[in-house]
Amino acid sequence: MFDLSFTARTVLLGATLLGIVGGALGSFALLRRQSLLGDALAHAALPGVCLGFYLTGSKNPLPLFLGALIAGIVGALCILVIVRNSRLKQDTAIGIVLSVFFGAGIVLLTHIQKLPLGNQSGLDKFLFGQAATLLPRDVMIMAILGGVVLLLVLVFFKELRVLTFDPEFGASLGFPMRGLEVFLTVLLVTVVVVGLQTVGVVLIVATLITPAAAARQWTDRLGIMVLLAAAIGGFSGATGALISAGWARLPTGPVIVLVASAILLVSLLFAPQRGMLWASLRERALAARIRRENLLKDLYRWGENAGGTWSEPVTTALVMGFRGHTRQQLTRVARRLDRKGLLSWTDDGITLRQEGLEQAERIVRRHRLWELFLTRRLELAEDHVHRDAEEMEHALTEETEARLDALLGYPTVDPHGRPIPRSISGSDPQRGVA
Amino acid sequence: MTKDGVSEDPRGGDGTVAGGLPDSAKPAIEVHDLTVAYRTQPVLWDIDLSLPEGKLIAIVGPNGAGKSTLLRSILGLVKPVTGWVEVFGAPYRQRRSWVGYVPQRESVDWDFPTSALDVVTMGLYGSLGWLRRPGRKEREIAVSCLDKVGIADLAGRQISQLSGGQQQRVFLARALAQDARLYLMDEPFAGVDATTERAILALLQELRSTGRTVVAVHHDLQTVREYFDHVVLLNMRLVADGPVATTFTNENLQRTYGGRLTVLTQAAEALLGGENPEISNPNV
Amino acid sequence: MSPSLIVILVASCVAAACALIGSFLVLRQMALLGDAISHAVLPGIVLAFLFTGERAPLPMILGAGSLGVLTVFLVEAFHRTQRLKEDASIGVVFPALFSIGVVLISRYAGQVDLDLDCVLYGEIAYAPLDLLYFQGNSIGPKALWVNGVVLLANILFVIVLYKELKLTTFDAGLAAALGFSPIVLHYALMSMVSITVVGAFESVGAILVVAMLIVPPATAYLLTDKLSTLLGLAVGFGVLSAVLGYWLAYLWDASIAGAMATVSGALFTLVFLLSPSYGLLARWLRQLHLGRNLSDQLLLLHLHGDDEPQSTDQLARRFSWRARRVETVVDRLEQREWIRRVADGIVITPSGELAIEKGGVGPLRHRPASQ
Repeated sequence: MFDLSFTARTVLLGATLLGIVGGALGSFALLRRQSLLGDALAHAALPGVCLGFYLTGSKNPLPLFLGALIAGIVGALCILVIVRNSRLKQDTAIGIVLSVFFGAGIVLLTHIQKLPLGNQSGLDKFLFGQAATLLPRDVMIMAILGGVVLLLVLVFFKELRVLTFDPEFGASLGFPMRGLEVFLTVLLVTVVVVGLQTVGVVLIVATLITPAAAARQWTDRLGIMVLLAAAIGGFSGATGALISAGWARLPTGPVIVLVASAILLVSLLFAPQRGMLWASLRERALAARIRRENLLKDLYRWGENAGGTWSEPVTTALVMGFRGHTRQQLTRVARRLDRKGLLSWTDDGITLRQEGLEQAERIVRRHRLWELFLTRRLELAEDHVHRDAEEMEHALTEETEARLDALLGYPTVDPHGRPIPRSISGSDPQRGVA
Repeated sequence: MTKDGVSEDPRGGDGTVAGGLPDSAKPAIEVHDLTVAYRTQPVLWDIDLSLPEGKLIAIVGPNGAGKSTLLRSILGLVKPVTGWVEVFGAPYRQRRSWVGYVPQRESVDWDFPTSALDVVTMGLYGSLGWLRRPGRKEREIAVSCLDKVGIADLAGRQISQLSGGQQQRVFLARALAQDARLYLMDEPFAGVDATTERAILALLQELRSTGRTVVAVHHDLQTVREYFDHVVLLNMRLVADGPVATTFTNENLQRTYGGRLTVLTQAAEALLGGENPEISNPNV
Repeated sequence: MSPSLIVILVASCVAAACALIGSFLVLRQMALLGDAISHAVLPGIVLAFLFTGERAPLPMILGAGSLGVLTVFLVEAFHRTQRLKEDASIGVVFPALFSIGVVLISRYAGQVDLDLDCVLYGEIAYAPLDLLYFQGNSIGPKALWVNGVVLLANILFVIVLYKELKLTTFDAGLAAALGFSPIVLHYALMSMVSITVVGAFESVGAILVVAMLIVPPATAYLLTDKLSTLLGLAVGFGVLSAVLGYWLAYLWDASIAGAMATVSGALFTLVFLLSPSYGLLARWLRQLHLGRNLSDQLLLLHLHGDDEPQSTDQLARRFSWRARRVETVVDRLEQREWIRRVADGIVITPSGELAIEKGGVGPLRHRPASQ
């Protein structure tokens, strides 16, 4: 498989290069919320390529590149002019430029294809890209352009950061923000042009945005994000090229896009911190904690009603009745608490242990303090505060609880006349005053 | 907040100690005959204004009165139809390094991948100029500025994980890093918690005590008297400007806010404990 | 029917259907969602091919329609996770789906009677050749039937739900309060977009559908504020693009679909420049007029405060204007007899004073404080 032909190696090199440059530049487009600008620029480049060919009559990369560059910049300008001078919004402006320029490109392309020139076949490969037609000369140009782009990003990284994060502040510092915006757009167009032959105009947006979106999930630093996006882009490019080389008739561009999309999906699910999987696990852990705390609280209240004694076990059937749990549901909650030594569960029923009692007290105290706060400070009706307190009892931190306690003057009863428990875990009324 | 927070003299020298400057001093900002229009609507109309150095100055006015536009014109971010603005006796372009800017907090995307420290370091980009990158020295300055606003321990935190008040402090720290003589702030107290509000106020007072000037767009009429020395009342035109004691009057407020009763009631409460018959009579 | 007429009819049906449904995309600022759908239906079409083994319209519309709805759902799902902004979710979803379509076509090239050129710019020129048969008899070109039915469905959709569409487009909050579910309507609209796109796909290709969806409504939106007028104008511009596009393609021997998009772009440019209400030229003229008004008032107000005559040099310094600008303004005001030139400068006349008192000049009347 790694015994690659010369052509395949050229393709591999080109696709990797494109991925690296696209990922790096795409990061800025993504963060500036201009993801689809790249799409519009790519489509707008098509008539430029065709005109370049039409005027010079050759597939020499230089005129094609220049044509694409100019058309891309004109397209970007059109978007700007439409948004600035009419009631149409950015999305419509992008849609107009994208489709009309592309349409004009198709007209030119089909017109050229019917001319009796003979060498125009292959021009349509710019639509989807055909990496197999890459020549070493093309890859050389890609390398030079890509290198220049990366170098410029490196040199002007600080300025691009301000442009992306807070352009107005940048302007107040004296940096020419409009100029930097044009500069970034030209860099984007250059990347688009670099990618034309490999992935084609239709899919270039994915080489810009998808690696950057994936990289964003893994880091909270701009510099690392740009590097990572370049790495992901390069990897997708290389892998895509290898797959399509080893598998007949698979076009390179779409395969590259699919590899990058797969990486994005993995990143969205599994990246530390931002990964959706961890978020949903955290949510479930929270729900489980709330269920445990509720059980402790219910047991506490049972004892409280029984005259302030918690030494007698409460029968399993009764506990199940508290919240309409099935035995299985109760087992899931209670077993963990049993193992942690917060309660003991025997055939006779469930008994709170000392540590469990303390925790239960804390929860009940938070609940009642919060009810008191709502009725006294926010002057809500007594019968409206319970539901709110049901949530806050799980959310209040120790520090907030202490402050709340102090604010309310270390109260002893809640709005419904029930005591606010302090005896066992000893929240000392004098604490904080001395 | 400690006294040594902002101790060294501001760039350019003639900052004075607590108590402000003598009246004869050159104004920090001079606005001359300024008219600004966006498209077909004038936003600021014929503003003449001279703001003293070394004071805390509030710009007050209803929504759409052109408060932010005035700040942006001082910063040269909008092109006026007529008139000019001078900062310490010269166009803004020549005084850039003397001016620090705090934009509205909502003006940026706080989900941006960057740390509090990185944001503060941006305050030094102006003095770094092109091509030079921030290094160890810049990082140290940035950390010390975060310390001045009381959140040095959050330096490495990603900015979306900061509370609203902390984000506002990051913006203030970034302006402090600019080490300016004049600070322009767009609603620095908007949407912050009480602790942050007190901390920001203390910081502003400290800036004043070292001779700096602060011009802030402010929306809370009830605190103008307490927080600021000088006030600019704006409603497209300049309604009044001067020391708070003589300018922030009931009459001027009515001229500024016109018939907007809800705001007026607030103002009346702030001024007179809500007992003003003239204002509480809603016949405007 | 002559082949040209058939092509023009098909193109007009496509253009009208797209313009109707596209108007709501433009008004709701969802133009790019339309773009995404038009790309993303490709795998649906290919799968329908693979399962049925033929170009049957109904399975195609079902397959592609569900892909369109899936696209909308995916974009929203990604966006809702707050991990991606909306533009980014569009930008990652549709290339992935489109790529799947292209890969499928390449893998099963032998079984799928659909090539990549068709995907990109359609094959409307062959519409007259592809006939639909009913009980063994030809009943006319298939593309005409398909797109005619789609157009009819769109017309029905807009007529039946006109009030709801209008309400949810301009005030989603109010609509929800009145009991119309914006979400249900949103998905209904997107389903219609998907169906329209599939119908148009074979005729004009994935990308030029976007031109038909967005450009005529955008053009119409620069001419009117009324929804019904906008729909009418959009359809008009769409059909005009189709007819002129056909003619242009014939002249240049080029792609019909491409020429349609080009013409729609040209029409847009024309209206963008010349529309009496929202055109660039009208805007410039208004701004010029306002600029004059503003300058006139500034000068007049300035003279108003002063009894001393002021020289033009003084005025130029005062306003930081160029001498030429001062001269023009002075000339204009003198013509209205609001000021007059005296030996050592310019003074305000009584009628000028009167003009100020009346507040008779432009922006003074807009003073927000007096509202």
